[in-house]
Amino acid sequence: MSGERKKVPVAACSGIGKSLGAAAREAAHILTEDLRPDQAKVVALALLVMGDEEAGREVAGREAVAIDGCKLECAAKGLACAGAAKVRKVAVFDVVRRHRGLKPEGVCDLNEDGLTLAKAAAEEAAKAIDEIDPEGRHA
Amino acid sequence: MPDLPKKKVGLISCSGEELPEGTVTRRAVRKVLETLRPDETVTLCLPLFLAGGEGERAFARYYPTIAVDGCDQRCAARATEKYSAPPVASIVVTEVAKGCPREDIGTARRLNQRGLALAEEMAAKIAEEVDRELKAPRRSRAKAGEKH
Repeated sequence: MSGERKKVPVAACSGIGKSLGAAAREAAHILTEDLRPDQAKVVALALLVMGDEEAGREVAGREAVAIDGCKLECAAKGLACAGAAKVRKVAVFDVVRRHRGLKPEGVCDLNEDGLTLAKAAAEEAAKAIDEIDPEGRHA
Repeated sequence: MPDLPKKKVGLISCSGEELPEGTVTRRAVRKVLETLRPDETVTLCLPLFLAGGEGERAFARYYPTIAVDGCDQRCAARATEKYSAPPVASIVVTEVAKGCPREDIGTARRLNQRGLALAEEMAAKIAEEVDRELKAPRRSRAKAGEKH
């Protein structure tokens, strides 16, 4: 990749009713601020689905990462509707199954288990980012 | 006397992930739901609403809703109107926070003390709107929803 590097768009479900949605949102922030700040960028899901042109341009025709809290996969659907070429999915409800013993609680303020779950989801998302942009980490 | 369903108000926050104001909307709505008006409100999940969640859309078609948005794009208010019926109230963080620059309230990931105080202020405004709506006579919302 050369010239101006475009960051991989990331959408999170941000569900307000459940801890897994909150963990998805937190995972998107961990990914884009701590793990892959130069490679990934959060796109606001509501803006995207409501047809915001700038958000749409970030996604259309590109590979993107969706981090969803529940099986309804709203973030993945939103990215697909916005014309993403391919959507790589990270499902927090699956991540929690792989980390037995975690009991995420809270929405605005996740408990320790919720933050641990968010970090695990972010690490899975980081792998997806590296697959999409393998040169990015060395750029 | 028949046992009529209780009138509840649906709260829809934009939850904007890019901006601290989106985080303010989440925190304010949860404060109303959990503490200020737990028996009078429910939250509607905007991503689900946008992705075609029929339960969320049906609720907003027949029950009053309050849209809480972070910025003047008003995604929550526009989505509610587009897919169900116009919200009875629309509250926008940037309008409430006039004179308080975005940089002063923290980040989308972590609000600072000023951001948390702004969320409290927003929550109080939402609760006022809930009370106003619950005192208002019932009105038909289905008609507005039927046009979509």
